[in-house]
Amino acid sequence: MQKFFHDAVEFVPILLQGVWLTIVVTVGSLLLSTVLGLVWALMRVSGIRVLAWLSAALINVIRGIPIIVLLFYIYFVMPDFGIALTALQAAIIGLGIAYSAYQAENFRAGIEAIDKGQIEAAQTIGMGWWLTMRRVVLPQAIRIILPPYGNIMIMMLKDSSQASTITVAELALQGKLIASSTFKNTSVFTLVALMYLTMSIPLILLVRHFENKANRK
Amino acid sequence: MIELNDVHKSFGKVEVLKGITASVAKSEVVCIIGPSGSGKSTILRCINGLESYDRGEISVEGARVDSNDRSIVAIRTQVSMVFQRFNLFPHRTALENVIEGPLYVKKEPREQAVARGRALLAQVGLADKAEVHPPKLSGGQQQRVAIARALAMQPKAILFDEPTSALDPELVGEVLSVMRKLADDGMTMVVVTHEMGFARDVADRVLFIDGGVIVEQGAAKSVLNQPQHPRTQDFLRRVLHPL
Repeated sequence: MQKFFHDAVEFVPILLQGVWLTIVVTVGSLLLSTVLGLVWALMRVSGIRVLAWLSAALINVIRGIPIIVLLFYIYFVMPDFGIALTALQAAIIGLGIAYSAYQAENFRAGIEAIDKGQIEAAQTIGMGWWLTMRRVVLPQAIRIILPPYGNIMIMMLKDSSQASTITVAELALQGKLIASSTFKNTSVFTLVALMYLTMSIPLILLVRHFENKANRK
Repeated sequence: MIELNDVHKSFGKVEVLKGITASVAKSEVVCIIGPSGSGKSTILRCINGLESYDRGEISVEGARVDSNDRSIVAIRTQVSMVFQRFNLFPHRTALENVIEGPLYVKKEPREQAVARGRALLAQVGLADKAEVHPPKLSGGQQQRVAIARALAMQPKAILFDEPTSALDPELVGEVLSVMRKLADDGMTMVVVTHEMGFARDVADRVLFIDGGVIVEQGAAKSVLNQPQHPRTQDFLRRVLHPL
């Protein structure tokens, strides 16, 4: 145990650099996936057949490709087409696109759960599609959307470790590098696991808060 | 001001409106009665474009109603609607429900919209409920807020789709009395209802609809007191004397 604490004192500062990148990747891809997911979801419920079809197809393609392959594609293949991204940019874009499919399905479920009478009431006071979404549907859908959204945040935090496969020195890769150069596998990976857990716990509490709020209504 | 000319409408293979021709004049109160599934609500929903129709023509003050055209927005601001299930926005207070249209559709200044919103809530007897959210109101109160919301658009006519059918019996009166006041003030109203007393006392004209056609129409008192057509007689007997 004493050895562990000794190792901790030595490795935590290095691992914290990884933590910082983990947070950057998670927050960046969370924002991107939220925006893209909302776009896919709104296309899906737009009532315009071409857009709905396009969105459904996109979501299925994205869902059908492993995140790691998507990351490889963006980081290693896109340069062949003249688009060279840094590893960090590629990680954020790859994870953002990958998770946009799940975000979209969650948003769509929330939007479709809103009573049709609400939309008709909005129409009868002269609201167009966008105003109806913004003022009537989305504010009500958000209560339904938030608990699963929190879960997606937790999954994204953990899946940000996949960025290590394209050389982003986030927490998992940082741990692996230290472990392979010191052979202190137990100490290092225990620390890595504890750090992920520490970051997850606030999110887990946030999900519980959202759920309580949604149930109260 | 509202004209329907040979309007047909089908849902899939079922033709629910089989050639409806009718008109509603300014300040007139027209009640539409008939058995459920007869197409009463569909007529209202076609008038303000919540449903499209297949053949014939509907016009409001000369403007053709086309639910797929942008012009429908202008028509909807002139012809408001009150629903059976109120359809108030649950995440907004009574006052916010009322001012939503004036503020975001008509882009009125907030102070003006709020002042008129409060006056309208007072008019329907709910001045003290302005800051309350709909789920905390009774059905009758919710429906009166819905009427205030419709009035806030300063419409030329209001369509009522069975406005009291979802209410507990003791709450029906408060909604009907608000509607009666509106009628007295000269509002043009089309009311789908099962309240025969209201139809008799307030309506200028009654349309009896069955199977997607207007079976009988005329002055409210004559249709309700001396129905000519056997189907009207049968319907009224069953509504007025259910046992």
